[in-house]
Amino acid sequence: MTQPILEVQDLSVEFATYGGNVKAVRGVSFSVNRGETLAIVGESGCGKSVSVQAIMGLIPIPPGKITGGTAKLNGKNILGLDAREANKFRGVEIGMIFQDPMTSLNPTMSIGDQISETLMVHRNVSRKEAFKRAVELLEKTHISEAAKRARQYPFEFSGGMLQRAMIAQSLACSPSLLIADEPTTALDVTIQAQILELMSELQRTEHMSIILITHDLAVVAKMADQVAVMYAGQVVEKGSVDEIFYHSAHPYTLGLKDAMPSNRDDRSKKLTPIDGNPPDLFAPPQGCGYFARCPHSMQLCEKHMPDEFVITSDTGHYSRCWLQHNDSPRVKDLFQARYSHAG
Amino acid sequence: MLVRTDNLKKFFPIGRNQLLHAVDGISLEIAENEILGLVGESGSGKSTFGKTLIGLLPRTAGTAYYKGAELPPKFSTQDHLKYSRELQMIFQDPYSSLNPRMTVLDIVGEGLHIQSQHSRSQIREEVAGWLNSVGLNADHMSRYPHEFSGGQRQRIGIARAMIIKPKFVVCDEPISALDVSVQAQVVNLLEELKQSLGLTLLFIAHDLSMVRYVSDRMAVMYLGSLVESGPADEVFFNPQHPYTQLLIESNPEPDPVVERARAHTPIKGEITSPVNVQPGCRFSDRCPKALTECRTETPEVTIISDKHTVSCHLFR
Repeated sequence: MTQPILEVQDLSVEFATYGGNVKAVRGVSFSVNRGETLAIVGESGCGKSVSVQAIMGLIPIPPGKITGGTAKLNGKNILGLDAREANKFRGVEIGMIFQDPMTSLNPTMSIGDQISETLMVHRNVSRKEAFKRAVELLEKTHISEAAKRARQYPFEFSGGMLQRAMIAQSLACSPSLLIADEPTTALDVTIQAQILELMSELQRTEHMSIILITHDLAVVAKMADQVAVMYAGQVVEKGSVDEIFYHSAHPYTLGLKDAMPSNRDDRSKKLTPIDGNPPDLFAPPQGCGYFARCPHSMQLCEKHMPDEFVITSDTGHYSRCWLQHNDSPRVKDLFQARYSHAG
Repeated sequence: MLVRTDNLKKFFPIGRNQLLHAVDGISLEIAENEILGLVGESGSGKSTFGKTLIGLLPRTAGTAYYKGAELPPKFSTQDHLKYSRELQMIFQDPYSSLNPRMTVLDIVGEGLHIQSQHSRSQIREEVAGWLNSVGLNADHMSRYPHEFSGGQRQRIGIARAMIIKPKFVVCDEPISALDVSVQAQVVNLLEELKQSLGLTLLFIAHDLSMVRYVSDRMAVMYLGSLVESGPADEVFFNPQHPYTQLLIESNPEPDPVVERARAHTPIKGEITSPVNVQPGCRFSDRCPKALTECRTETPEVTIISDKHTVSCHLFR
């Protein structure tokens, strides 16, 4: 197996608040291989954004606190560095784009200047040279009339164009890894299709790896090679995209799929919502985080967090669910392949 | 037909004698106890259409009918009192559409309070009942909106609209701010209410798979005009208008095999400005199949099969 470009082990993050410590991320491990896309999927508050923000050193400390774990970029530790050290890899080796491009860009600087700034800081080039590069980058993200657009300000761009500009900026130093935090959530499906297409294209031409954070399983299906499903600050299932969709091995993954309408199903089929709410992470449950909402929970689940039960060892597909234990009762048909595609 | 619009228009003056054509001649019918799904990109005028239809915005031209009678072009206070008992709206953003200084009891009970036919204890009882039926707790009555999650707030918004037992409800993106697992809860709730109260719904959303799932019929808007409408499955699986085809092609499915097989032809360009629009088909500058007359003549509505209509020159 190739050396992963980013390897995260047992990452834990807490936030101190007046109400106590919120344990937002509780021992998360994942890795990204070269040229691959890892999708991290989960609902609001499951810790998917906090995990990558911690890796990027974007968590304000305090109130945030990284309480454990390691993150290695090409074998070098990048967790908990001071700003000076972090800036050596941030924006250079790892580029990042955010959900809301309108608030992520500086409204008082022209688009071209913002991209140039990245180049001037990290690549030590002249302003003129940097601006020229910025225009090229905008062209690369298919912004028409790039030279004119580079002199415009964020308010003159539409949402889709701003996201392209953000991508252009994140590519400025040719990063080997792009982290995209809900990059298309604020966009229309037509624009979403354009942006996702652009990301796949750049991944091929620039040989980048991508971490895609999203709550949308349809986007995962379109983009991902590997998928990590997060719930209540933990990765509950991880595997290849086909394994996650066609051989789901965790009740939460199944629950997410059943809560979405499928275009294959008849319209009369009822959606199955997941009842209840995610647990309170001020006092996270001792056992499985999904216990209270899981339709198949057992006594054991309440007190003991399951280990990573390996489903397929060569692909790294695992599930943190006691139902995967050899001695567990078999829930009839629960983990049967769902769609006709499964093979 | 419970609700009908005929060439409904809503323009906004934006200064310098310019007009923003938000809704530009929409004729639609919604039958009793039907869910009509309205889709389109942001800026296509979906929400404005919904608000104009039930009188929250005065209309510029055209007519809107409710139970066969014409609705006033501009609602007076009396009109609002009269019609708000039957026409209601569920708003998109559960964070900004609830008054942060009012308790849940005041928010949900306000409709009954305005009708002034109910005593305080009656209102309390009704509110408690509705909170239960939307999956909240009667104990939540004395709390304020900030104490609830997005999904819970959306349910407060639903209870608020439903408590006066309306006949017709405009649901403006009621689920787009919610998590997947909660979306299903809200959609199922709306479906139940439709059955139990005999509701008619205009369901505005941009999630095409969800709209297909929820609606009986589906209508597609582009830049203020209606491009296609018909039975939900018909429009979704057999789209005729080039815009609908591209829209549905851009809609990803939660299925990796389907996604890998998908042809990569996302629609080019972005929705154009609705200011000072020219005659001709609104979609002509992005349309891959545009003819010369598309740029000069506004297409007529063509009926292509039972209830399935398209506004496109290709079908003349």
